[in-house]
Amino acid sequence: MKAFTFERANSPAEAAAAAVRNPGSRFIAGGTNLLDLMKLEIETPSHLIDVNGLALDKIEATAEGGLRIGALVRNTDLAADERVRRDYGVLARALVAGATGQLRNMATTAGNLLQRTRCPYFYDTNQPCNKRAPGSGCGAIGGFSRQHAIVGVSEACIATHPSDMAVAMRVLDAVVETIRPDGSTRSIPIAEFHRLPGDEPHIDHLLTPGELITAVTLPKPAGGKQIYLKVRDRASFAFALISVAAIIFPDGTGRVALGGVAHKPWRVEEAESEMPRGAKALTARLLAGAKPTPENAFKLKLVERALASVLAEAKGA
Amino acid sequence: MKFDTPATTNPIDQLKVVGKATDRIDGPLKTTGTAPYAYERHDVVPNQAYGYIVGAAIARGRIVLMDLAAAKAAPGVLAIVTAENAGRLGKGKFNTAPLLGGPEIQHYHQAVGVVVAETFEQARAAAQLVRVEYARVKGAFDLESAKETAGPAKQLAGGGTSDSKVGDFDAAFTAAPVQFDATYTTAYESHSMMEPHATIAAWEGDQLTIWTSNQMIAWAAGDMAQTLGISREKVRVISPFIGGGFGGKLFLRADALMAALGARAAGRPVKVALQRALMPNNTTHRAATIQRIRLGATKEGKLTAIAHESWSGDQPDGKPETAAMQTRSLYAGADRMTAHRLAVLDLPEANAMRAPGEAPGMAALEIAMDEMAEKLGLDPVEFRILNDTQVVPDNPAKPDSSDPQSKKPEQTKRVAQPPFSKRQFVECLRLGAKRFGWEKRHSKPGGVRDGRWLVGIGMAAAFRDNLLTKSAARVRLDGRGTVTVETDMTDIGTGSYTIIAQTAAEMMGVPLEQVVVRLGDSTFPESCGSGGQWGGNNSTAGVYAACMKLREAIAQKAKFNVGDAVFADGQVRVGDRRMSLAEVAGEQGMVAEDFIEYGDLDKQYHQSTFGAHFVEVGVDLYTGVTRVRRMLAVCACGRILNPKTARSQVIGAMTMGVGAALMEELAVDKRIGFFVNHDLATYEVPVHADIPHQEVIFLDETDPISSPMKAKGVAELGICGVAAAVANAIYNATGVRVRNYPMTLDKLLDGLPEIA
Amino acid sequence: MNHPDDLEISRREFLVMGTAAVAVTMLPPLAEAQAPPAAPVVKPAAVKLAFNVNGKARELEVDTRTTLLDALREHLNLTGSKKGCDQGQCGACTVLVGGRRIVSCLTLAVMHQGDSITTIEGLGTPDHLHPMQAAFVKCDGFQCGYCTPGQICSAVAMLQEVKAGIPSHATSDLTAAPQLTPAELRERMSGNICRCGAYSNIAEAITEVAGRTA
Ligand SMILES: Cc1cc2nc3c(=O)[nH]c(=O)nc-3n(C[C@H](O)[C@H](O)[C@H](O)COP(=O)(O)OP(=O)(O)OC[C@H]3O[C@@H](n4cnc5c(N)ncnc54)[C@H](O)[C@@H]3O)c2cc1C
Ligand code: SF4
Ligand code: FES
Ligand code: FES
Repeated sequence: MKAFTFERANSPAEAAAAAVRNPGSRFIAGGTNLLDLMKLEIETPSHLIDVNGLALDKIEATAEGGLRIGALVRNTDLAADERVRRDYGVLARALVAGATGQLRNMATTAGNLLQRTRCPYFYDTNQPCNKRAPGSGCGAIGGFSRQHAIVGVSEACIATHPSDMAVAMRVLDAVVETIRPDGSTRSIPIAEFHRLPGDEPHIDHLLTPGELITAVTLPKPAGGKQIYLKVRDRASFAFALISVAAIIFPDGTGRVALGGVAHKPWRVEEAESEMPRGAKALTARLLAGAKPTPENAFKLKLVERALASVLAEAKGA
Repeated sequence: MKFDTPATTNPIDQLKVVGKATDRIDGPLKTTGTAPYAYERHDVVPNQAYGYIVGAAIARGRIVLMDLAAAKAAPGVLAIVTAENAGRLGKGKFNTAPLLGGPEIQHYHQAVGVVVAETFEQARAAAQLVRVEYARVKGAFDLESAKETAGPAKQLAGGGTSDSKVGDFDAAFTAAPVQFDATYTTAYESHSMMEPHATIAAWEGDQLTIWTSNQMIAWAAGDMAQTLGISREKVRVISPFIGGGFGGKLFLRADALMAALGARAAGRPVKVALQRALMPNNTTHRAATIQRIRLGATKEGKLTAIAHESWSGDQPDGKPETAAMQTRSLYAGADRMTAHRLAVLDLPEANAMRAPGEAPGMAALEIAMDEMAEKLGLDPVEFRILNDTQVVPDNPAKPDSSDPQSKKPEQTKRVAQPPFSKRQFVECLRLGAKRFGWEKRHSKPGGVRDGRWLVGIGMAAAFRDNLLTKSAARVRLDGRGTVTVETDMTDIGTGSYTIIAQTAAEMMGVPLEQVVVRLGDSTFPESCGSGGQWGGNNSTAGVYAACMKLREAIAQKAKFNVGDAVFADGQVRVGDRRMSLAEVAGEQGMVAEDFIEYGDLDKQYHQSTFGAHFVEVGVDLYTGVTRVRRMLAVCACGRILNPKTARSQVIGAMTMGVGAALMEELAVDKRIGFFVNHDLATYEVPVHADIPHQEVIFLDETDPISSPMKAKGVAELGICGVAAAVANAIYNATGVRVRNYPMTLDKLLDGLPEIA
Repeated sequence: MNHPDDLEISRREFLVMGTAAVAVTMLPPLAEAQAPPAAPVVKPAAVKLAFNVNGKARELEVDTRTTLLDALREHLNLTGSKKGCDQGQCGACTVLVGGRRIVSCLTLAVMHQGDSITTIEGLGTPDHLHPMQAAFVKCDGFQCGYCTPGQICSAVAMLQEVKAGIPSHATSDLTAAPQLTPAELRERMSGNICRCGAYSNIAEAITEVAGRTA
């Protein structure tokens, strides 16, 4: 870990301003992803801005009937919130399917969205990785790629986004709210927030330097049956091989997003019209143009069967 | 004491303390965080500096250039040791590849240097400034493609021959009315014990002390001396608490060597813990295997022909995984052969992991038995009972257990088909079947549904040899009547502290609280150490021997005839005359030292441990995810010295077996030549949610042929067969037969029922 | 997609794996690309810090890089909290901060100014075991003991989480108060890996304590 200086920020605006004042700085929230990567010198900030003192740990009702989740709300507290459990079940389910009790007590809403891939070549600094060292190549392509993406991949990178929470946020049409160093704020729909790898896999998302997430807002409850299905080898404490976040209405229509298949939570709105026709049709549209590796081609079938499971569950099976 | 005739009645048979379910005597320390592990010894030497290991970035090749300038200039750096300035190093007897690489690199993450600094943070940061330029050379990293080049092994771990042959397998197989032939694979596995390899090293002149985490104190001391080129007397090894080993800490490893080199270079004590991410590639692992099994049987289900061939790989001069070993002694059958083939691979060093040989061997053999039973239309339990044998049909050469790595000359007087000292295999099978509700099993697969779960049950035999090896101890008696045992035996979670205390308490007739046990120090008498499930029986037998000697000395001093003397209630007495032990010992105290060594009883009788595993699984109809729902093990493995700790050994082994069955696999990048998933997030081992309540039954058994304790190994029997029982349960649940471990969902998906 | 034995895994590096080897320079990882322009090199900084550990006020000066775990183990000699991985992947370093369980290897000491921290040493001592510690001894809920302090700290906090109504992956009805079923217990404890495989006994120990305190 490279040496760094440390400061505690007292307000969001101050934090964002501090970030541009100190080139090479980073916000630290739960630290569960950033510190891990700093130890390996995959992340090498020279200055850390501790945002844990910011008053961004509330969950409030919005005028539109939705919820505004502070950036620092811990995963545990978000999952435990009565309104989330009642009205946004898919989010509560996704949260508790992620990591462990200890990690969820630390992990924040913003940090969870911004966590980086768990690709093992990204983690091993001896190996080529375009995401970690742009232009160095991709170790996973042609290597051990069982966990990797099957859709939206590029020649440069086949990594997945590891978050469970983000998949639920995607199906809920969440919006990410930020403040920038100049004091301006913006709202970024979750659909646009994460990027596909393309030629620049080192860029995960749309945030600009110093831009601080202040909150994530959820629109008013969608209703429907909300399901999060996470498939993994061991029963707990494992990242998803694939996951399905779904909201399904009594008439069989609904929304669905996938985790573990792409560089971002994967949702294809146009495919959702296939939902009433069943898993096969839905999968065909959702994963159209998929380019799996020989090691992760099983995910195609797995997604289809997982969707079948979710559709059956929604029907009350 | 030489043990060369079967044990008769002895003080252990009183079973006042031994054999009782006893809480661990080190429990209060371990549960309060006050048991000191290697890296935590702030108390032992002042001024400890921190070392951080740099691992090789290539699998095979050479270091062309090492640029240490930036690292040396980094804040706090005290020393950097690489092959260039380490001085001449030898290689330990138990190491296959050198622990410090350079200029030649033998495997990925082999240590190429250690950076020593004032603080951990400084050492880590400076280590990351070390620049290394490598020239790679092509290596062999794929067992499947190296299979053709594999030859008979020069050497097997534990001695013995690579091949064995009885009768004419080929003819018998061809003639067999029912034939079965299948090939299985088992995966590379990582010990992944929770405590990383760690050492504090301190020099006092030319005398080296290491506080380390090692299962085999004497091996560590010997190999440290040999590697450094100093005399064995100059090395002291201390390892009283070990955070798990499973075979991964049998040997001197880079943490210890680099701490010693770092401390010499820095001129002060240095502590080093191997980074978790280095462990799978830097240290040893369980080799993957390819196993072909052929079985021939009569229509009635009598096996007539058995062949088991196993291929595995290792570094040059390495050894094969002895996966076909158990097939020489488990089932009857007149014509048979086994063979071990070793391919040279440039992956990290393969070596022993919990039940080496049998764990992967039984994983394959016991699926084959399940498949054959089905082919014969026989119940799998009955099929095994039908092929029970009370003699060893294909007598394997005896392993020299005190040194499983050494070559041992062939036995001159080998009994062709020795009987087993004790074999309650059939009893285990029958009792297990009854307790588990085996009769409710649907023999047709895919017949049971529970909601979204396809439910199945499976079973497998458990089998592991019992190894005998010399073990010494010293016993002191002081003026307060306290008995102190000293031996370099280790407790790696096995419960050695407790069973040794129970043994001494029983022998000396004192309450358990009066016994102090001191372990894991090379200044103590040399024990068998912990490995190969030999620790419990042999170390306590060594303590038995020392206690016998102390009893004699006490009797003599108190002027009793030792044959008549009764040791009980802290006293020694004959008839009405009695003296307290404290009194006999007096101010001066008394001390006795002895060892157990063995005659050829293990040649006259084959010593093995037996059991049966039963498992119920649910397989998710949709996703193919398998979850274990119930587990039972029935074990027949001699006298159970402490049912509480013995049971723990078995449930732990069962848990590791579930890992092998369902999730554990070090994935090889065959281009680069390394285990890619080298941390605990990507190499998955079972967590709480994977393991249901587990039941263990020990048959009431004593084996007077094994030792005066009449006990045998326990800890590895528990893993042998578990993976196959899980695999057979998956088959019973789904009708999908998977022959490649681990049985992850991707291997099941294609065979699962169509869904709407 | 590249073929598995396609050796051209890197564009920048020229990896010819022939016997006539070509030098490969292992470069340090490049600066994280999303970070703004090159970070200046900073000298290690020491910071003063005060917090409360096991009911005692403690002050220390640490490198900003020091994790809470290393502060406890290396600076305060509270070695009961274990380092199994230093990557948040094992749970051996579990401690309680403000009563909540966290992994202390993935948080910096400097982030805990003013916090109240409880480690295994704060729960009980060999002579005065905490009920959870006593139950672990009685049920043999450990073997090598290395995961044990983490398991015990985790278990103590976990029971509070159930009481507080925090849901888990094993909770069947999200809107009802969770119960400590065997499945709930096992799921909630899954952040503490025990390679010795003492799980079945750990579950028994925790159940016993939960029963007693319920
Ligand atoms: C072993 C392990 C297993 C895990 N398993 C899972 C899993 O199964 N599923 C899952 O979803 N996750 C899992 N996680 C990931 C975990 O959820 C994330 O690490 C966590 O959510 C990150 O949140 P944090 O607050 O700790 O982020 P930090 O580590 O503090 O920060 C992460 C990034 O976000 C930036 N950041 C933080 N806050 C802000 C802000 N307000 N504005 C702008 N930038 C910000 C930081 O600068 C940093 O770049 C696992 C983690 C570990 C270590
Ligand atoms: S998949 Fe992406 S993250 Fe993984 S090695 Fe390739 S470029 Fe790096
Ligand atoms: S040491 Fe913190 S989780 Fe492993
Ligand atoms: S007791 Fe050894 S890891 Fe749990």
